[in-house]
Amino acid sequence: MKQLLAILFENEAGALVRVLGLFAQRNVNIESLSVAPTEDTTMSRLTLLTLSDAQTIEQITKHLNRLVGVVKVINLVHVEHVERELMLVKVCAEGDERQEIKRTCDIFRGQIVDVTTNTYTIQLVGPTAKLLGFLEAIGRAHILEVVRSGTCGITRGAKVLSAGPKGA
Amino acid sequence: MTPMLTADEMLVRALIDQGIAHIFWHPGGASFPYHRALSKCEEIAFVLCRHEVGACHMADGYARATGRPGVVMLTSGSGATNSITGIANAYMDSVPIIVICGRDSVGHSVATQLDETDMIGVSRPVVKHSYIVPTANDLPRIVREAVFVATSGRPGPVVIDLPRSAYESTVKYEYERSEQISLRGYRPAESGHTGQIRKALEALLQSERPVIYAGGGVIQGDASPALLTFAECLDLPVVTSLMGLGAIPGANRLCLGMLGMHGSGLANNAIAHSDIVLALGTRFDDRATDDPEQFCPRAKVIHVDIDPSSISKTIIADLPIVGPVNEVLNILIQLANDKQELQSKRNVRYLSWWKQIDDWRQQPSGEERHTKESDSSNRIHPQDVVQTLYDETRGEAFITTDVGQHQIFVAQGYKFSTPRRWVTPGGLGTMGFGLPAALGVQFAVPQGMVVCITGESSFLINLQELSTCAQYDLPIKVFCFNNGTLGMVNQWNQIQGHENEFLGYAESMPDFVQLVESFGHRALRATSLDELKQAVYLAFSEEYKNQTVFVDVWVDPNVLVLPTKKRGSGTSTEVPVDS
Ligand SMILES: Cc1ncc(C[n+]2csc(CCOP(=O)(O)OP(=O)(O)O)c2C)c(N)n1
Ligand SMILES: [Mg+2]
Repeated sequence: MKQLLAILFENEAGALVRVLGLFAQRNVNIESLSVAPTEDTTMSRLTLLTLSDAQTIEQITKHLNRLVGVVKVINLVHVEHVERELMLVKVCAEGDERQEIKRTCDIFRGQIVDVTTNTYTIQLVGPTAKLLGFLEAIGRAHILEVVRSGTCGITRGAKVLSAGPKGA
Repeated sequence: MTPMLTADEMLVRALIDQGIAHIFWHPGGASFPYHRALSKCEEIAFVLCRHEVGACHMADGYARATGRPGVVMLTSGSGATNSITGIANAYMDSVPIIVICGRDSVGHSVATQLDETDMIGVSRPVVKHSYIVPTANDLPRIVREAVFVATSGRPGPVVIDLPRSAYESTVKYEYERSEQISLRGYRPAESGHTGQIRKALEALLQSERPVIYAGGGVIQGDASPALLTFAECLDLPVVTSLMGLGAIPGANRLCLGMLGMHGSGLANNAIAHSDIVLALGTRFDDRATDDPEQFCPRAKVIHVDIDPSSISKTIIADLPIVGPVNEVLNILIQLANDKQELQSKRNVRYLSWWKQIDDWRQQPSGEERHTKESDSSNRIHPQDVVQTLYDETRGEAFITTDVGQHQIFVAQGYKFSTPRRWVTPGGLGTMGFGLPAALGVQFAVPQGMVVCITGESSFLINLQELSTCAQYDLPIKVFCFNNGTLGMVNQWNQIQGHENEFLGYAESMPDFVQLVESFGHRALRATSLDELKQAVYLAFSEEYKNQTVFVDVWVDPNVLVLPTKKRGSGTSTEVPVDS
């Protein structure tokens, strides 16, 4: 079952590995993760995608909350949310195919960010399913390299995930 | 004016400001930078241990007996990694210890010290939190936070890694006493949800067969007096986990003893037939519940714990309450006192349930004492040793144990009168814990009666600490249940129907009396019940009272710990009282 955790934690050395250790310890694979500082640069936000059952993820969530450096955890699959991922794809594009690939890129609202005589590098943003759809459309034979950022997620509506007031 | 201190002085000062009075340590290259300040420090007693794991177990025993953090100081590399079992042991039993390790490698910042053993990484899965000290200026804050994190919420070990770059012995820093704690990611619950607590009381009052199940959290959370008050107020029977022994006086009528795989028939029957269980500060360990499906099958479960991750982990709680057990019990008492009708009905509530419990109490299931019929040996029965010690110490000794049959015999037979006197490695099951833990307890409670009950195999694991014991003149009493085997392992092997030969060490054990005497301690041998009684009498006599005494007790190797149940067979074999 897909689980998408949003985790706010201290932006300091060693904090991320404590978070990830909880998954490794239970033999739970992480499908993707994306992490960067928030508007408050002392805090990092991580979006983590994993496939696991509800009970395991609940235990992990409780243990994440136990970590001293972790400030907030929510599972985005339980709330209305927006998901986006960025992908860079290097495709081989030669002769007549260049036009065709450019068209497919436009349909998916991708941007060509680098060009050589026989390749395009295309940037695409969207929900993960759209990125996978694009790869499908381009065709495996043309794909030279794929880099994905991992999913970022945010809740819909006015509610925010924030640290709240400091204090013990 | 803020004093100007060198880095080593900062560390010592920060520890003193946190009220640290003892440090259990083992030095080395990476601890040199602070030796100067340590040697000048008069407020803190430095206990030189013989092994790092011994130091950790001492700090652990010290912390369990007092609730104050036990502090350990070590060098880098093997000095640090040797402590891992001790840290893991404290982690499993939620004991507040703080382990400070040095890091001694070339390079002037943490980032350039690449060749050092990564103690933070090695210890990560078994600590509550850990710190690398970036500069000496951070020491007061980190020491303050470490003490706070270790002792608050669900307590646990904290590691502090002190890189050499954090001290420059000539530079002086401004020392500012750290008062404020700002940890936005760490806010242990301060009280339970009143609505939930109210519901819990109603559910208890409406039940017919209630049981309180008290775990180690009651002891760690200093909630024993509140537990007794509340149990008396409603006339509720109490069973405890292994770690919860002493949460309620063992000889009290309300106490039904320990539950679980090695628990009493009475406690297991009560749980199995209950219609409501009020679980306090316990994690429903599998030795307590056995098969969770068969554990209290008809009961509604109210689970109070400071740590939300303990709740609904193995047994789904019908009514979860996150909060400190003591606070929650105090609110329950308050609510109960506000109810007028409670006062009048005290003696009629749960009448038939108590009658049933007292019936069980009257007729021991026949499983309480194991004697091999074919066996005519007059070697000492382990339960007689526990009884003799209980009679001598009136339930008031601090008892540390190792792991094995001897441990369970004490758990079953010694009725602790007060909390924090039962010091056993319950979660990790660490053989080698008993002796150093006893030393730690004696440091914490110099006037206390401290007894270590061990098995011959467990004892050998950390016997080097007999030397520490000699150095600091600690009058602990050690009773080694010498059955000549890895008793507990043998027993399980036997129950599974396997051969036992390959587990034996036959004639290769030392003469324990000579061994212990060589450290300068008193050592006695008891091969019969009379000799045992004599030895116990001597150990606590005026003459030997202030000395370390070791007694090699030759217990009957054929005696098994009862009840002996295969895993998965459920905690109760009785038929339901009703349906
Ligand atoms: C460090 C460690 N290693 C192995 C075990 C597994 N184990 C549990 S009990 C036991 C036998 C202990 O023998 P002894 O100390 O003589 O106690 P007895 O059961 O005979 O009373 C062993 C090996 C353990 N608990 N801890
Ligand atoms: Mg033995």
